[in-house]
Amino acid sequence: MTSYWYAIPELYRDVIVTSILIVAFLLVLMGAVAYVTFAERKLIGYMQMRMGPNRVGPKGWFQPLADALKLMVKEMILPTNANYFLFRVAPILSIVPALAAWAVIPFMDGVQFSNINAGLLYVLALTSMGVYGVIVAGWASNSKYALLGALRSAAQIVSYEIAMGFALVGVLMASGSLNLGDIVREQSGNIGHWYVWPLLPLFLVYLISGVAETNRAPFDVAEGESEIVAGFHVEYSGMGFAVFFLAEYANIILISALIALLFFGGWLSPFEGPTWLMAIPVIGMYLFQGLSWLTDLPLIGLLLDSGPHWFLAKTCFFIFCFLWFRATFPRYRYDQIMRLGWKVLIPVTLVWIFVEGVAIAFEVGPWFD
Amino acid sequence: MSIQLSVFYLFAAVMVLAAIRMITAKNPVHSALSLVLVFFTSSVIWLLMEAEFLAIVLVLVYVGAVMVLFLFVVMMLDINISQIREGFVRFLPTATIVSAIMIVELVLVVVSKELDYARAAVPATDISNTQALGEVLYTDYLLPFEVAAVILLVAIIAAIVLTLRQRPQTRYQNPGEQVKVKRADRIRLVSLKSEGKRSEAKRS
Repeated sequence: MTSYWYAIPELYRDVIVTSILIVAFLLVLMGAVAYVTFAERKLIGYMQMRMGPNRVGPKGWFQPLADALKLMVKEMILPTNANYFLFRVAPILSIVPALAAWAVIPFMDGVQFSNINAGLLYVLALTSMGVYGVIVAGWASNSKYALLGALRSAAQIVSYEIAMGFALVGVLMASGSLNLGDIVREQSGNIGHWYVWPLLPLFLVYLISGVAETNRAPFDVAEGESEIVAGFHVEYSGMGFAVFFLAEYANIILISALIALLFFGGWLSPFEGPTWLMAIPVIGMYLFQGLSWLTDLPLIGLLLDSGPHWFLAKTCFFIFCFLWFRATFPRYRYDQIMRLGWKVLIPVTLVWIFVEGVAIAFEVGPWFD
Repeated sequence: MSIQLSVFYLFAAVMVLAAIRMITAKNPVHSALSLVLVFFTSSVIWLLMEAEFLAIVLVLVYVGAVMVLFLFVVMMLDINISQIREGFVRFLPTATIVSAIMIVELVLVVVSKELDYARAAVPATDISNTQALGEVLYTDYLLPFEVAAVILLVAIIAAIVLTLRQRPQTRYQNPGEQVKVKRADRIRLVSLKSEGKRSEAKRS
């Protein structure tokens, strides 16, 4: 078996290994997406003093599987006079950028699919392409509601992308690099070294425009079920609808991961610095007597040290924020969205980039020295 | 054939097909989407030349912003195809001259001795394309760069001023007034007397 493996040229071996890793990662991501939908229904349920889904499986834990099965076996209806090709391509156009952007996300030091120098630009370029799925879906459906949703979404995403880009310029100025791994490494130290402190206004702008870019409440006028039924995906059923759904939640996870990386030190531990903390011995000193390898394992130290679990925890927190916003805020009116984007967020970023430039010139520590 | 070369041929073929589709498609939305595909594939070809910054910025600016606004406008047009056909013969002479000039220019570029393909294919230094462009733009070419930025700003302001006309029938919100609104301006609590006799009669 191994001899066959080594008979393949090295270049192709890399391609095979990377492809398998990508497929494995996408499976994990799809599972995460399915359970984010479950988390959303449960959390919003509790926030509104309801139970949420609790019928399928223990405490409703198999609900996402049931949903997936239901959507897969449903018929995909093609509206009259809809453009067949574009109607089918639109869901794919919306999910591909959301998945492709994960190629440059570092999960821990040195663990990422592709370590490219312009990683931040790559992510920005791909997230800006997600709007095509919405526009093409809205146009190809040959429906008034869908077209209205597409137009709203196009205007909204183009407006908020400017604020988002400027917020990223702030991160770029602070770290001096477009490489996502380098940006995280520049924040090492402890919780005080994270960019959220010097760039607090930019973080807030990025969070708000991140919610707007993913078309989530309170900025979900592209769907706006009380005004235009379901907006751009009103004509979709079955798998087409499911793929739009997957794309929306994959985008939420992506934006949360990016916030964790850019402003909250990614995989870095907030307790970084004091080495005695990392050397705290195992929690089960008395529980696991006899199993010597377990008692020697510095479990608490391992948990307090930097690692992918911190990245996961930070990402989960921001995903929770997305769900929390949905349960808390009423939908913005369309002109209010435009006003917030152009007249509030963009001036805030411009002013703060100037402030940051002054701080960098005077080498204000501990971030810019 | 190396992987790089096969990727190049694949994307070059897609690009040429999309470019042909862009000028032959009858529906302007299809044309615009084909143009998006052309931009995207040309950005892949730039990536193959290790011009990563240019490639990503092409996607970011042209695909992510310019073409979205283009589609935005094109989608809302109600286009009569027969009307466009009528103009075909009328504009043919002008179109022929313009395309002839463009073809001559292209041929001149291809046959010129000045163009060094070897240098275009290989990055000039060890540092990445992004870093090299940044260093050159902010040192040697700082003045032209800033002048270009100012010209673009002037163009933006001019475009905004052109659309800024007040018509009497336009209705708009005044956000300042909306923000200033207090609860007392909108809600009036009225205490109504209960209709005593009837309710008591019902209760008993």
